[in-house]
Amino acid sequence: MSAPRPRISDNTRRDLGLAALTAALFLAVTIAFPGFAAPRNLAGLLDDTAILIMLALGQMLVILGRGIDLSIAANLALCGMLAALFNRAFPEAGVAPVFALTLIAGGLLGACNGLLVWKLRLPPIVVTLGTMSIYRGAIYLLSKGAWVNENEMSRDFLAFPRGQFLGLSMLSWLSLAVAATFMVALQRMRAARDLYAAGGNPEAANYSGIDPGRMQFIAYTVCGAIAGVCGYLWVARFAVAYTDIALGFELSVIAACLIGGVAIAGGIGSAAGVVLGCLFIGIIRSSLPLVGISAFWQMFINGAVILVAVLLSARQRVFKRTILEART
Amino acid sequence: MHSSLLTLTDIRKSFGGVRALDRASLDLPRGAVTALIGENGAGKSTLVKILSGIYQPDAGEICFDGQAVLISNPQAARVLGIGVVHQECLAFDNLSVAENLFVNAQPATRGFVNWRVLRMQAKAVLRDLDADFDADLPAGRLSIAQKHVMQIARALTHESRVLIFDEPTASLSQRECAELFRIMRALRDAGCALLFISHKFDEIFELANRYAVFRDGVSVSAGRVSEVTNDELISLMVGRPVGQLFPKLATEPGVELLRVETLSRAGEFEDVSFTLRGGEILGVYGLVGAGRTELAQVLFGINAADSGVVTVAAGAELALVPEDRQVQGAVLPFSLAANIALPNLATLAPRGWCSAARESQLARQWIDRLGIKAQGPDQPVHHLSGGNQQKVVIAKWLARNPRVLILDEPTKGIDVGAKAAVHAVTSEFARAGGAVLMISSDLPEILGMSDRVLVMRRGRVRGHFTRAQATSENLLRAASDA
Repeated sequence: MSAPRPRISDNTRRDLGLAALTAALFLAVTIAFPGFAAPRNLAGLLDDTAILIMLALGQMLVILGRGIDLSIAANLALCGMLAALFNRAFPEAGVAPVFALTLIAGGLLGACNGLLVWKLRLPPIVVTLGTMSIYRGAIYLLSKGAWVNENEMSRDFLAFPRGQFLGLSMLSWLSLAVAATFMVALQRMRAARDLYAAGGNPEAANYSGIDPGRMQFIAYTVCGAIAGVCGYLWVARFAVAYTDIALGFELSVIAACLIGGVAIAGGIGSAAGVVLGCLFIGIIRSSLPLVGISAFWQMFINGAVILVAVLLSARQRVFKRTILEART
Repeated sequence: MHSSLLTLTDIRKSFGGVRALDRASLDLPRGAVTALIGENGAGKSTLVKILSGIYQPDAGEICFDGQAVLISNPQAARVLGIGVVHQECLAFDNLSVAENLFVNAQPATRGFVNWRVLRMQAKAVLRDLDADFDADLPAGRLSIAQKHVMQIARALTHESRVLIFDEPTASLSQRECAELFRIMRALRDAGCALLFISHKFDEIFELANRYAVFRDGVSVSAGRVSEVTNDELISLMVGRPVGQLFPKLATEPGVELLRVETLSRAGEFEDVSFTLRGGEILGVYGLVGAGRTELAQVLFGINAADSGVVTVAAGAELALVPEDRQVQGAVLPFSLAANIALPNLATLAPRGWCSAARESQLARQWIDRLGIKAQGPDQPVHHLSGGNQQKVVIAKWLARNPRVLILDEPTKGIDVGAKAAVHAVTSEFARAGGAVLMISSDLPEILGMSDRVLVMRRGRVRGHFTRAQATSENLLRAASDA
């Protein structure tokens, strides 16, 4: 008996399904509000979703390795405050040092999570629940509770994410570049394939010479570095830094991953899926005000979509169950 | 010519104060299958982990091809050419078969995986093995037998010359075993050194050229399989003569306790009918996938039947000792006492308040009755050997005093001593008037223990034999497609 060769993989089928769903949602909104598909509005949509896309891609790495990063938004806020304070102290330094600072600081914060999970073998949800509070608290200590406002930020600092190129903001371009890098890297880099293996079956990975804890450490570090840079981008975009920025945003990030088809149990997920998941959330978020219903419905719809996505993947598993002996 | 490819001399390994291996030696010649025999806890798994680079020996020497080597991690084992087919089928269900073969060893340039080469090489290896599945399938879709073939393919992609098979046949059907043995013989003839770990003596005599016996971490004997008998191997392994393996006690069938009529569940089994009387052991034989476990699950109420009638004698309780003791049978992190108490809480804690003292007392009673080897009632079950775990699962149900006991593969993967103990308990239960439905793929066990045998194939009953009619030929013919 030779099994039929699947023409497209499960991953591709899942991504295509989500793409169809997102396109349908987009079409529905466009039919109701033709202005929605205007290039300007679409560029705005991408700009609004750019940070979510980058964070969700980072979070995906962590989830692929059977972890979770609840501290991602707190990390973002702390690095955002660092960026703002650095800029206030050295207004003439330009954007490059701010990038380097937030990249390194965020990476270190992520590495703390990773080390606790790897070396002390603590459960990821507990570790990042703890560091989430610690990082938030650190912002307060750093800023003494004060805000850093637009007038305390240098022109370059504020201008970078808003800069326009070919009709899109630099923020949008950055998120597209990160997404493209993830798509290639996750498919082709050996380290990334090891991460999929470690998340899929940590014990088997260990027997294959992969240390699953080390892979988690790397995932947390990369995720943290992305969160750090997003901290700067967030603060510059909204032109304010304070203790509570992006409060609760980690849940939107995790939601985007789940809608994007990342398995919460690890080992399964694609960059394309996550980007689609973010766009799905972005479309709902920007179309609800048009329809004239409250933001509560956005949470409601996100939740419903997550449950439906989980339900569908659970059904797939039921169909796979084969009890009777295969006929020869 | 039998020159050694891999030699282990005086290997020692301790965990905490416990000595797992003590002066263990093993010799693996090229072009031969060496069977490694020992009870659970004899040190076989530790040895496999040392050879695969998971553990480091405390002392001793490993020589590969005449050179002393250090296997410091799994990568080093792979580079040397030592491949392991693990008992638990360590597969990455989320990855394709092709990627499974090359995990952590993908053909790559500058860190970037070359998928074209990877798929091509995977397909070539699978073709050489006559595998019946495609390299692009997700590994999660494969059967257990196919996953074993995949593990062999994985070893071959790394040009392994030493292949270790750790109880590969534990969950395979007869036909799948034959296929596995064909591949193993081909590897042997190609000059590989094979280490074969198995509890099944018929397989050892069928396949192995040489044997090595471990007892309590020490190698006690080694030699040619042709120069030794079954009984000699058993006494070497246990260190004492073992009593009768199938202590079948003669019983008089009593009243009917269970009647099953035209029971069906879509996709699992159809039109199953039988009766079971007190004092009887009804063996249920068949290949993996014949629908036997699914039948047991319906009888015990885990799943509902689509049609049919099950009649249970008034007041007769059923108990099920499930196939997978680690997942369905015992709660591994719980203590022995807590496991045994679990189905008995209604009696132990009638007002909803648990009493550790009452639970320990019950556990102690069963530790003595079944000869469970444990430090005490508080020891977590995951510290026990497979055989003792199984005894705990049996104890927790027998403590309820059921009249009908359903056993699903009661001795799968447990050593000879524990097997004899499980058989003794089963016989005793039947003699005391209980009825036993014993599902097993172990033919000698079915023949030795059953008063009657039901044979299932593809979800249907294909034969009903009395003890006198039940011969291996009859049962095998009914169970297979012949």
